[in-house]
Amino acid sequence: MITAGYLRCLRGIVVREMLRFVHQRSRFVAALVRPLVWLFIFAAGFRSVLGVSIIPPYETYILYEEYIVPGLVAMIQLFTGMQGSLSMVYDREVGSMRVLLTSPLPRWFLLVSKLLAVTVLSLPQVYVFLMIARLWGIEPPTLGYLTVLPALLLSGMMLGALGLLLSSMIRQLENFAGVMNFVIFPMFFASSALYPLWRIEEASPLLRDICAVNPFTYAVELIRFMLYVRIDFLSLGLVVAYGAAFLGAAILAYDPARGVVGRVRAAVDA
Amino acid sequence: MQGSGFEVRTGEVPALSVAGLSHRLGGRDILSDVDLVVPAGSFVVLLGPNGAGKTTLFSLLTRLYTARCGTIEIFGHDLARNPGKALALLGVVFQQRSVDPDLTARQNLAYHAALHGMPRGTARRRIEAELERVGLAAEADRKIRSFSGGELRRIEIVRALLHGPRLLLCDEATVGLDVRSRAAILSDVRDLVRERGIAVLWATHLIDEVEPEDATVILHRGRIRWQGRAGTMAADMGRGRLQDAFRSLTEEAA
Repeated sequence: MITAGYLRCLRGIVVREMLRFVHQRSRFVAALVRPLVWLFIFAAGFRSVLGVSIIPPYETYILYEEYIVPGLVAMIQLFTGMQGSLSMVYDREVGSMRVLLTSPLPRWFLLVSKLLAVTVLSLPQVYVFLMIARLWGIEPPTLGYLTVLPALLLSGMMLGALGLLLSSMIRQLENFAGVMNFVIFPMFFASSALYPLWRIEEASPLLRDICAVNPFTYAVELIRFMLYVRIDFLSLGLVVAYGAAFLGAAILAYDPARGVVGRVRAAVDA
Repeated sequence: MQGSGFEVRTGEVPALSVAGLSHRLGGRDILSDVDLVVPAGSFVVLLGPNGAGKTTLFSLLTRLYTARCGTIEIFGHDLARNPGKALALLGVVFQQRSVDPDLTARQNLAYHAALHGMPRGTARRRIEAELERVGLAAEADRKIRSFSGGELRRIEIVRALLHGPRLLLCDEATVGLDVRSRAAILSDVRDLVRERGIAVLWATHLIDEVEPEDATVILHRGRIRWQGRAGTMAADMGRGRLQDAFRSLTEEAA
């Protein structure tokens, strides 16, 4: 009985996020156009400049376009995660956050449900992008489209948890531009999304070290390996660990007894 | 604190019981040693001027803030120790609008029902019945953005009632509405007390919303200044009119 109530609550939160997404069709188009621009223009332009040697999980030389597809998939999830954060800030501004937080179900469950909703939203965007990339000649093994699903769920949860954590610190929608500048772009560029780590090391060992602690790098590598029906256990472990850490911090941040939200609301009220 | 208070039947578990509640923010005492009881099935007015601490009190009662000093019990369930059971019995109409303007009324209501774990069929039936009751059944599929202030408040009251709460908290539910809409909403909430036996804590700064027989609590600068039947306030304070008594209570303490 209790479990059924939890499932209904989860379903309700997912449905609401989907309805909001459907009402903002431009979001879907923007989410697709962004990686396609990188694929069709950036990657095509850099194809002859940036050579990629044979590195796992690839077994032959590949075109640069093929290399950056997993990074672009992770980019879709990064943007969706940050949109989730935007949605939480929006909820706070229109007041519906209060409705969520006064539900009798545990607050951790409400936040995990919100996270799952954000992750589920990223999946159709990712698969439509992968289908377009296939038409463009990027053809991972057919089984890879299935094996990449758990990787997408894990990386989506990890990036969504980061978004939740950030949403506890952002007070106004206007501050979302700051998230773009200080979170999304540095995370994307200082990772293995656009270039393999060995190439970055050739350019700057320090930058390579930064990429090596960037959780986004491991989301990209987890997706890359599983899209080619292989597992990179280091990436798997680190995505799970980073995800748990971000989620734990987000739950604490939304706890009125200890969290950032409670303190900020309190300050505003005073 | 002045006033004769109002009767709570012995042996009956109150809908809301607040004891020794204090809250401090940014070095200021927002609430100081607040004791408050809302008997089951009764209508209690929490009257106080702007800045009295009503919204902070409501944030503590709904667990948006955590009470660090004092206790809050809803039908005997301690809000800090057993928030799930306490919040399940509570319906809230917030002072600030709290519906998603991009969704329809029905979608907003279904979302609330899901947050309370209600089965879809039950939720659908209750949404229809409650919307019918407030005369908004035909508007269920309109986006909230297109609703008037009065309609929006009625939707928020419907939402607060969907999961069958036994205590309804209304924080300045009529603020920003015209006289007719204010009267209609207040009358609707009073009917809920009479017809369904729901207990209501009605926070307002408008003394003209108070009836002489209403159990009334005056909150000013975070302290309870007076409790009792509103009709006895003027005599208690040695004034001729309720308005004068209220003014003297909130001026004397200033």
